[in-house]
Amino acid sequence: MLQTQELQVNIGPQHPSTHGVFRMLVTVDGETVVDLKPVFGYLHRNHEQIAEANSYLQNMPYTDRLDYFNSMANNHAYAMAVERLAGIEVPERAEYIRVLMVELTRILNHASAVGFMINDMGAWQTPLAFGMREREKILDLFEMASGARLMCNYFRFGGVVRDLPPEFIPNLRELLRALPAYIDELERLLRDNEILLQRAIGIGILPPEVALSYGVSGPVLRGSGIPYDVRKAEPYSVYDRFDFDVPVGKVGDVYDRFLVRIEEMRQSKRIIEQVLEQLPDAKGGHINPKARQNVRPPVGDAYARIESPKGELGFYLVSDGSTRPYRYKVRAPSFINLTPLADMCRGYKVADIVVILGSIDIVMGEVDR
Amino acid sequence: MPEMTPAELRARLAEALPAALVEAEPLAITPPPAHGPQPGLFNPPDPVVRPDQLVAAALFVRDTLGYAYLSDIAVVDYLHAGCFELVYRFYHPSGGPGIVLRVRVPRDEPVVPSLTPHWPAANFHEREAFDLFGIEFAGHPYLRRIYMWDEFEGFPMRKDFPRQGDKYLGGESEG
Repeated sequence: MLQTQELQVNIGPQHPSTHGVFRMLVTVDGETVVDLKPVFGYLHRNHEQIAEANSYLQNMPYTDRLDYFNSMANNHAYAMAVERLAGIEVPERAEYIRVLMVELTRILNHASAVGFMINDMGAWQTPLAFGMREREKILDLFEMASGARLMCNYFRFGGVVRDLPPEFIPNLRELLRALPAYIDELERLLRDNEILLQRAIGIGILPPEVALSYGVSGPVLRGSGIPYDVRKAEPYSVYDRFDFDVPVGKVGDVYDRFLVRIEEMRQSKRIIEQVLEQLPDAKGGHINPKARQNVRPPVGDAYARIESPKGELGFYLVSDGSTRPYRYKVRAPSFINLTPLADMCRGYKVADIVVILGSIDIVMGEVDR
Repeated sequence: MPEMTPAELRARLAEALPAALVEAEPLAITPPPAHGPQPGLFNPPDPVVRPDQLVAAALFVRDTLGYAYLSDIAVVDYLHAGCFELVYRFYHPSGGPGIVLRVRVPRDEPVVPSLTPHWPAANFHEREAFDLFGIEFAGHPYLRRIYMWDEFEGFPMRKDFPRQGDKYLGGESEG
């Protein structure tokens, strides 16, 4: 007599497509996913408690290690939170340099996210190299400005650590000339590949009202059709001076999330071009000379959030009047974007889990903290 | 873009849910130093909500005021004042600054009703708060440790958790 039964299968912790040590406890009925429980913590180091034992400035390089793809974005959110807490002004030129760096980060993050997704689908290595190609040039720019490629540690309270070197702008202009063709090429990798379309369209659908109720942010939320972008919703830094669009998806499947990322790369390029136009007129140096780095903020709390490439990144700080944060809380976008993972995978096949997870674009350094 | 100051939010809450608000005392975060300048008291302007009215207040914020994006739940351990404070942060999907609700529970009995059955966005925030601070979220469907392993004893983000020499790190070696 034939009978069927549900099976529990472990995907991870060591699995090439889980983007780090991440485990999913999947209940399957044949090939169909019935339930999924994400299991975290393999990379947990209690980042927040370590940060509470450090002084405010010592945490700046430590934030690099959260989402190690986007160290500039992490620096920006943390610097903003401390500046709000301590009441530090940032000169205009420094704000433009910050925006420039974070938008470059967005381009490199989205390019590698697309490369990694195609990698997850089984097209090993070659498409990933396409995703990484322009990333190298952006990392070269970061190295020029900050001295480091990945762990930039470039921001300081009241500005950035040093001004752009003279060779930075010509190299950036050269990169901007190459970018449109590169983004088109990356988009053709997505749009013109029959196998990829079969595996991405209609998979992992997250309807807009469900996305909102789960509190997801970033390209996952916008892929579901909700035009919520912190840069527009609550403009920080100098984002209110730029003209750019917020791309949204139509149905909220894996494919939409990637098209949103491709379009965001184009919008980031637009922002960088406007930065280059407005930068020469910007007042002030690269850092507020009156800003002390060993800050001792008054008692109180502050929250700052930015649109990091992966979603809303927020820092909540409470000061007790000493040189160390009394409470340091990271609102990590990758972590919260995993909340609807079970709902997104339910009813799809086991092989789709890998693609759906890739479309959320997580980094375990930030998920596990 | 809607904008609502903490005072306006307090007025709306007082009108709709008069039993929800509590008058919160300003907190001293650390014991007063023996000498030197005295640090100020921690007194944020946001409304503080009674724990048993939290769900009603959050759903009022979502359904009536339209702040349908629950962004963050942060827990702070005020050891000297003897309470935990939970900071709930809501945003409006059409933009604008967010609004904040605060809940204070005593350290010896940290029980807060869970938002997760009504609002799934709270799920991982609450599990993280349970794991690291030991806040009990009554009614949470799957309240288990999220970062630490299940057998771990203690709550590592509490201010009285030993920083050195606990049973997992150093101290007396087990051979």
